[in-house]
Amino acid sequence: MIAFFLILIPLATGLLSFLIKEEKTAKAFALLSSLATLAVSLLGLTLMKTGNYLHFSAPWMSSLGSSFTLQLDGAGQVLCLLTAVAYPLVLLGTWQATYKNAQQFFGLMLLAQAGMMGVFLAADALLFYFFWELALIPMYFLSSIWGGERRIPVTFKFFIYTFAGSLLMLTGIIYLQAQTADQSFSIASFYNLELSGKEQSWIFWLFFVAFAIKMPVFPLHTWQPDTYEQAPTATTMILSGVMVKMGLLGLIRWLMPVLPLASFQWGDRVMIFAIIGIVYASLIAIRQNDLKRLIAYSSIAHIGLMCAALFAENNSGTQGVMIQLFNHGINIIGLWIIVEIIERRYGTRKISELGGLAQQAPVMTIFFVIIALANIALPLTNGFAGEFLMFNGLLQAKSNFAVAYTVVAGLGIILAAVYTLNMIRNTFYGEAVVLRAPVTDLKLNETIALSLIVILILWLGIYPQSMLDLTEQFSREWMNKIDVSHLFRK
Amino acid sequence: MNALILSAVLGVIMMFSSFLLKQKPAVRAVAISGIVLVLLVNLLEMTSQPFLTVDTRGLLVFDHFALVFNTVIFAAVLLYFLLSAPDMEKVGGSYAEYFALIFFILCGVTLVTSFTSLLTLFLGIEIISIPLYILTGSDKRNLKSNEAALKYFLMGSFSTGLMLMGIALLYGAWGTFSTEAPALLASMPPVLVVAGMSLVFFAMAFKVSAAPFHFWTPDVYDGAPTVFTSFMATVVKGAVFAGFIRLFDHAFGAQQPQWQFWVAVITVVTLFVGNITAVFQQSVKRMLAYSSIAQAGFMLFALYAMNAAGKEGILLYTAAYSFASIGIFAVLARMNDYTFDGFNGLARTAPLVAGALTVFLLSLAGIPLTAGFIAKFYMLKAALTTPGSTWLVIFAVLMAAVSVYYYFRVIRAMYFREPGESPAPVFPGFFKWTLALLALLVILLGVFPELLLGRLYF
Repeated sequence: MIAFFLILIPLATGLLSFLIKEEKTAKAFALLSSLATLAVSLLGLTLMKTGNYLHFSAPWMSSLGSSFTLQLDGAGQVLCLLTAVAYPLVLLGTWQATYKNAQQFFGLMLLAQAGMMGVFLAADALLFYFFWELALIPMYFLSSIWGGERRIPVTFKFFIYTFAGSLLMLTGIIYLQAQTADQSFSIASFYNLELSGKEQSWIFWLFFVAFAIKMPVFPLHTWQPDTYEQAPTATTMILSGVMVKMGLLGLIRWLMPVLPLASFQWGDRVMIFAIIGIVYASLIAIRQNDLKRLIAYSSIAHIGLMCAALFAENNSGTQGVMIQLFNHGINIIGLWIIVEIIERRYGTRKISELGGLAQQAPVMTIFFVIIALANIALPLTNGFAGEFLMFNGLLQAKSNFAVAYTVVAGLGIILAAVYTLNMIRNTFYGEAVVLRAPVTDLKLNETIALSLIVILILWLGIYPQSMLDLTEQFSREWMNKIDVSHLFRK
Repeated sequence: MNALILSAVLGVIMMFSSFLLKQKPAVRAVAISGIVLVLLVNLLEMTSQPFLTVDTRGLLVFDHFALVFNTVIFAAVLLYFLLSAPDMEKVGGSYAEYFALIFFILCGVTLVTSFTSLLTLFLGIEIISIPLYILTGSDKRNLKSNEAALKYFLMGSFSTGLMLMGIALLYGAWGTFSTEAPALLASMPPVLVVAGMSLVFFAMAFKVSAAPFHFWTPDVYDGAPTVFTSFMATVVKGAVFAGFIRLFDHAFGAQQPQWQFWVAVITVVTLFVGNITAVFQQSVKRMLAYSSIAQAGFMLFALYAMNAAGKEGILLYTAAYSFASIGIFAVLARMNDYTFDGFNGLARTAPLVAGALTVFLLSLAGIPLTAGFIAKFYMLKAALTTPGSTWLVIFAVLMAAVSVYYYFRVIRAMYFREPGESPAPVFPGFFKWTLALLALLVILLGVFPELLLGRLYF
């Protein structure tokens, strides 16, 4: 039932939100709803951790071979927790932002949350596809209505990109369903499939394009910086912190265990793309003058590393990805909150127009530096645990070029340090630039949101085991599912 | 069978009502109660309680598929009457005659969905076509309408000629008009059958506006009064598709290896031409004309695959496509400006209409939880269970992604742009709520497709 409520709460409150008249009420209502979702998800991780609570099934579209089945497994727990944690943080962190027709804005935000929860929970391929699209449509309207100046064409590009990818995935899903023994969309039937290598290759690319667009992986990333820049910041936080994880979850749950042979066969190719993306995005990030675009490119690099580590196909890499799924979301939301504060107060987010903020806003600077350092994986921050495991995994990948991959990807870390420290130096230190508005420090709600993020960063940096335990069993089972070595022994 | 007789009678009744009833609302009331009656009679026949049983001597067989299909068609016409009947007043003076022509077309539709002889197929197609020529030209003072009617008539007669010639050749080969007997023939068909089959195929492809036989479609759909374009593009197209599939299933099922490849070629061309040309349109009406070509491309999948999923799919597709298009055309008929800019800011001035329109457009684009998704799903499934068709499906889904571009242009105009200076269109309360009901129906079919599919096998 926990699984069901995680979708039901945001869905119902999202629809109700459209009926609210006042902006203040809508905002408070959305916050309450997100807190309720958080409470339920925490309950699912602690008190009600048994199978009965985490599983939900109801008949639906049985003539198509589908059913409404939800399952909260290890990766799902991490991502649902992230979604549940992200919303209160985003709403708190952007409490001062005002929106025209706020009730619609918050309604759509909550509907998107329901869609993402559904993607992370669905244990039925058709249901997965439904939620995949349902998460997309509110995002399209959010970015197109409340976004920046070039919002309409930019968001449209994003939508068409994602939609084309998901239709290819749908083709793959239908093909796989026709091959299952019981003509069913359930994940168990998909895992039992035994397809030939050629079939697997076909389907692999159909699925991979959809997920690669969502993550995004080079060279399918072109929609991402524009969309992050143009979308309203609260939406960008959800897009970059939570929604990109849909692509990674797709790889983890729907691609690699279903098509283990093709994943093994093409893994090398995918890793090359991902690693090109890391270096490429980091190089571009160095040259960015817009804070939002800089963070957008840095996100491409981080996601690329996670994608490469998954295809390393070993326990260390996988566990690194699991913990980093959560860490990346928290860190990037923290960065966005501060960018949003800077933009709202000072009317600009151009690095060249900013400078010396540290003198007037010391508290904000401390928070920003901690989060930025976590973003470049300094030891004792959460990023370190995840990235260390991922690099370790990459080095042990069953590829002839594992060392080369690790070295080139490691270059990305150095470049990340370059652009992050540059950004800190030019924005917070250096000469103070005359700004249009007087510089003020953080407000209470912002302090709360950022403190929570910093607490999470330090906690998971010092004691990452608390998160690793959550996914340990899942990772081991997952490794068994994608293991193809028995095929070579025959 | 009952629906066929009743709709013929109703056609005559409507003709008389043109001089018996002076009030237009009265004419409308007769027409709407007429179509309700046809629908009821058809539903009763579905549950094996016909009023009349007529021996058709093997010319017509009202099997389950035909009856369910007719139900969908009649339901679509009922919704069409409820939404668009008042707008027909604007077209010209012969209000009751328009309804009479539509009831005659419904006769043709019933023939086309249930024929078992090439002769009845031909009769059905002609009974559909001739009233359509008249409806297309019904806006007598409008040059575009006249041009469209003439063009439609000339091209239509040409394709009729092809069809007749094809039927003659088939008769020469088989010695019968029946579509049931030839299935027993050996798989290696004589030249006469292949030639006849090709001619009939071309003629039917013309009627469903599959490329490269689609050239009449945009001009005719654009030139005809919008209320009748709606009818032509939805009900008629769906019915002719049912006939197309019935013909190739019954008469040419054994020759599937011969024609399957050519259907695939036509499907690809239709999808490409329809979708790519629709992208460049400035008028929503013309965009819908090309979109109807593109949708025909998807419907051709049913013909291509010719399996259970395909036949269920064509039923769903007709329902999904007709309901959504009828709704969009009904709104379009009330717009002052047919360009995309004409829809600017509609979400502000008429939120309920804009909301319903969004549902229809999402359905046409095939977004999940709308009827259009399930319909497309069935088509893809039908094709994917045919060996060696993955490339066709991948091409089709890429084209579906293109279609999002032009459908969402309308959504963009409605939601993201400011209203223009011209006066906002007026929508009466009844119209708005019927439209909302239709949108609800589209969603309901998308969430519970069993509501319709369950009827197929009871």
